[in-house]
Amino acid sequence: MVIDGGHVTAGRREVILYSSQLVPGSPEQNVLLSEFLALIEALENQVTEKLRGTDANARLDVVKGELNALKDERLASLQAGIPRLEPKDRKPGGIRFNELKQKIQAELDAFIARQRETSGGAAKVDLTMPPRRTWKGSLHPVTLVIDEISDIFRELGFTIALGPEAETEFYNFGALNFPPDHPAMELHDTLYLGENTLLRTHTSPVQVRTLQQYAPPVRVLCPGQVYRRDFFDATHAPAFMQIEGLAIDEGISFVDLKATLSEFARRFYGGSRRVRFGPSYFPFVEPGAQMDVEVDLNDGKGLRWVEILGCGMVHPNVLESAGVDSEKYTGWAFGMGPARIAMSRHDIPDIRLLYDSDVRFLEQFAR
Amino acid sequence: MIVSHEWLKQFVPHDLSPQEVGDLISRHTVTLDGIESAGADLSAFVVGRVVFREKHPNSDKLSVTKVDDGSGELLDVVCGAQNIVVGAKYPFARTGTVMPAGITIEKRKIRGEVSNGMLCSARELGLGEDHDGILQLDTEAEPGTPLLQVISAGDARLNLDVLPNRPDLLSHRGVARELSAISGKPFVVLPLEGLVADHSQPHGVIEGAANPHASVSGAASATSRGVTVRIEDAASCSHYLAVVVRGVNVGDSPPWLKKRLESIGVRSISNVVDFTNYILHGYGQPIHAFDLGKLAASSIVVRPTSAGETLVTLDGVERKIETGTTVICDGERPVALAGVMGGKDSEVTHTTTDLLIEIASFDARFVRKVRRSVNLSTDASYRFERGTDEHALEEIAALTLFMLPKIAGGSVESIIYVGAERAAAKPVVVRASRVSHLVGVNVPLAESTRYLESIGCTVQVNFSSENGAAEVSADDSTKVMHVTSPSWRNDLNLEVDFIEEIARLMGFDTLPDELRATRPGNVPDHPLYGVGRRVRDALVTAGLAETRPMPFTKTGDESLRVRNPLADDEPFLRQSILETLARRAEYNLARMQGNIRLFEIGNAFVASNDRLPREEVRVGALIMGMRRPPHFTEPNPPAFDMWDAKALAETMVRAAFPPGVISLVASLGDDQLWDINTSAGTTIGRVVRVELDKPVWASEAYGVEFTLGLIPSADVAPAGKNAHGSFVQALPDAMQDAKSWSERTIASMRQQPGQLSSDEVEKRIRAIVPSDHAKYKAIPTTPGAEFDLALIVPDDVMAAKVQNVLREASGDLLESVRLFDEFRGGDVPAGFRSLAWHLTFRHPERTLKEKEIEGRRMALLDKLNKELGIKPRAS
Repeated sequence: MVIDGGHVTAGRREVILYSSQLVPGSPEQNVLLSEFLALIEALENQVTEKLRGTDANARLDVVKGELNALKDERLASLQAGIPRLEPKDRKPGGIRFNELKQKIQAELDAFIARQRETSGGAAKVDLTMPPRRTWKGSLHPVTLVIDEISDIFRELGFTIALGPEAETEFYNFGALNFPPDHPAMELHDTLYLGENTLLRTHTSPVQVRTLQQYAPPVRVLCPGQVYRRDFFDATHAPAFMQIEGLAIDEGISFVDLKATLSEFARRFYGGSRRVRFGPSYFPFVEPGAQMDVEVDLNDGKGLRWVEILGCGMVHPNVLESAGVDSEKYTGWAFGMGPARIAMSRHDIPDIRLLYDSDVRFLEQFAR
Repeated sequence: MIVSHEWLKQFVPHDLSPQEVGDLISRHTVTLDGIESAGADLSAFVVGRVVFREKHPNSDKLSVTKVDDGSGELLDVVCGAQNIVVGAKYPFARTGTVMPAGITIEKRKIRGEVSNGMLCSARELGLGEDHDGILQLDTEAEPGTPLLQVISAGDARLNLDVLPNRPDLLSHRGVARELSAISGKPFVVLPLEGLVADHSQPHGVIEGAANPHASVSGAASATSRGVTVRIEDAASCSHYLAVVVRGVNVGDSPPWLKKRLESIGVRSISNVVDFTNYILHGYGQPIHAFDLGKLAASSIVVRPTSAGETLVTLDGVERKIETGTTVICDGERPVALAGVMGGKDSEVTHTTTDLLIEIASFDARFVRKVRRSVNLSTDASYRFERGTDEHALEEIAALTLFMLPKIAGGSVESIIYVGAERAAAKPVVVRASRVSHLVGVNVPLAESTRYLESIGCTVQVNFSSENGAAEVSADDSTKVMHVTSPSWRNDLNLEVDFIEEIARLMGFDTLPDELRATRPGNVPDHPLYGVGRRVRDALVTAGLAETRPMPFTKTGDESLRVRNPLADDEPFLRQSILETLARRAEYNLARMQGNIRLFEIGNAFVASNDRLPREEVRVGALIMGMRRPPHFTEPNPPAFDMWDAKALAETMVRAAFPPGVISLVASLGDDQLWDINTSAGTTIGRVVRVELDKPVWASEAYGVEFTLGLIPSADVAPAGKNAHGSFVQALPDAMQDAKSWSERTIASMRQQPGQLSSDEVEKRIRAIVPSDHAKYKAIPTTPGAEFDLALIVPDDVMAAKVQNVLREASGDLLESVRLFDEFRGGDVPAGFRSLAWHLTFRHPERTLKEKEIEGRRMALLDKLNKELGIKPRAS
């Protein structure tokens, strides 16, 4: 086999590698596959020997330069030979070519790694120095609580429903069995936008919207911002997060409410926690109840009952307001404030810290 | 509601501790907020035994004793009492104990002898007036035992959280009825306190009141012995009962009455006023005592207010009476705000001899109106607003008749009654089957009946009329109860109201904790839930902190103003999340924190012509300060710049939207860097330089904000109706069928056009591709061909424009085009820069020929020259 500017026979490990055009002949001339493969093998051996013969103390940049030159020029030249192969030979030729290309790169990487290792052993690196870190982001403590609650209820078959924060009196009060002009309304000091429009005082309007939208069975969780006409102080905020749940179907009873919420409490607080249900009042549920969990607030006072959520069987008037047959369908609902849970679990003494957005506060919740 | 444990015992004699009563009530009735001792705190006192006594060497009156306080050491204690018995036990205050009078007991020398504590008298403990000597304890308890385990430390206050559904619990009698129902202890209907205790008179015989003249009338006006009562406003006052008492002696209350009021923290004023307070807190009926002598024409007229009327109330404040409310007048002028407070002029004073006691029933809504108009909430208005028992008026009159002359002297002259016929409560049908259905366990009919009767209901059991065959069956489930509620339970009107009573009296804790099978719900996740979580996680990964600031702003659109904010400084709903984040950044800068990376996903409001503002869920992010934390290899990392902001925007967009739908387009404004546009050209957000009030050391702030989706606020369906199955009304049904988030977004956009024209809505919809799923492209098997292209580009030609030409001219074999260098100066003339692109071409099936590549390069240069007049940089 004749090579321009020198010669090589297959089997002989001697290739002349100084031509810029490694594959002989003019660009229009065809090349045999056997010829092409021999050229590849020759180049491969050349590279291997070059690396093997290189002194371990040789300067990395010099060796790198030589090898890169080899790679760029010779490989490009070889690559240009591929189109000149018979069409059926181009694939095997191309594959072999890529193997070579990768091998050269691998040899080069291995060499660089060896060089680094040697020099690393020589210089004294203090491995106790800090790593090069990136900024850590964080989720808000209230979000962490909402996520945890949502994840548990999602496992229990609940999906997430959202609704508007600016609402009508009908969705916020009327549909929820608040008698007009009743002291129950005063439990919800309301921020008004217009004559009959307001900022929702609870996420319960989402329950009504959902019931109007979808036929039972309904099992939804409604997290969202709610508003009350409160001063902004250590324990109150005029806007805060709430999370509510609603389960409506045929044959749902207070036992379902109790069992589902107890299951939630065991998953959220730990299986050994005691749970109890006592009476309470919300116009939109009857019987109305509250769930207490026996928890340790880490204040040295040990276990005590703490009210965690309000709940109850959905009032028939609420179902009827949403166009649901209250004889056929029954169900239960609950509502809780994740901010209070976040404050107690993280020992946050002042609710305003949750809103201030001080970066020194927020970064404490990075994970 | 503050309840005195001792007072409660008058109605329900029992031997339960305050804690036991509290537990019962909190498990069955209402929340117990706490129990406190009505007297002094005696928790630090212990039982001490005197083991030795001798006379004080330097005093005739004092003794020196040795006291065993259980500590294992006998303490020297100096004592002044004469009744000390060696071997007896007494209340002992160790050093450090705070006495009820506020003095702390310290170790000190008394006439030369050391005293390590104090043996106490009943008076010193606040347990009585007896100061004759120290209190000898009749107990087997060991020395050192807490005193409270040995003696009854007096009264306790239970603080009950009574909610608006249970006005009947706003009195001791009401709570006692409940306690009787849940404890099974009998209930004393009218204990008639203070009548038997210190005099030998038998029950119920009151001097001077044996023959009251009663004028009972259903008419709107009644007169008896010159005293007239007239109701001219029957809507606001259904019944008015006046007890006329003459010859009273206004003065101090008897000790038992003072004690009752003190036990719940009510100040004693005079015997007459104390009696009215006693009735209010004891029986839940607000009553008022007028000085009859000061009522013009000895008349009481309940009438609507006229314009411009005023009244000086008992608290000495002159109040304007709003028209449309109700006022109590005498023959000439207003003398009381109906159901709220009496007037100063007709107040009972020490010179008062004749009384008119008002025992009336005022309508809740009217009282609320009056209370609101004068902004004055009283114990009386609180009860009227929630509802009082109008059937109890005669009972209260009887109590007044019996008790008041005993307390304040005088005699009852007449009882005048004006009012309408009172409707008897109608029975409500309560199905036994429904009880079990709702509670979740089988509740035997007899049990339900017993519970309802225990709270004063009358129950009649019938077979269900719907099921005639049921009569042969003894099965409870076919039976119904006809239940009539007692007059004091105005909250029991529906079947479910009675079922609640049964369930709570059973106790929720007795129900099984049994997770039963449920069907999956029909409601899909709201699309924005998943989107929000993805965006949020991407931002946390990028190193930003989520925040949840107060969403109000100082300035804003008038239609987004909260009408009644408590604080006026931020009355507007926000229109942008970045606006909120900017204020939060300034908050941090003021605290010397310059590395700020905040984000929020929340609602922003857009003014709308609809009834409600349009609501958009948006994400906003703000970055400023160091790009990376400092490291010893890089002590001063560079600050974030606009390119970081652009990258952040891309990260956020990628997390929120399907690929290829959203692009960042250079914006024209100064601070506006890029618009975030849909492929149809609708701007959904922006990347900006954020203008901040910031100190000189702070670096530039950048913000990204865009809309993730809309929250529809139109009514889903009219009240009482649903939109199930209706496509037009209920587009979210379509959303339910939609497979991908994009389809759901389209559905939600169609549903809530808000202010957008329908064209714009369609444009927005078209901007969203139908699938979120990336499509696989075959991994190339052929080699690519690459070359660099350095161009001299005038400053006013945008790189994006050049790149577009590059793409167009390169044809479909172009795989990627990447701008990798910008250079000014050197050989590049002023007004120009050198921009260099790296282009990769690839044919999917074959290796590209060199001449093909060269041909493309020439074509590119030709087109750049023709279209933009741009030439390659000479190398």
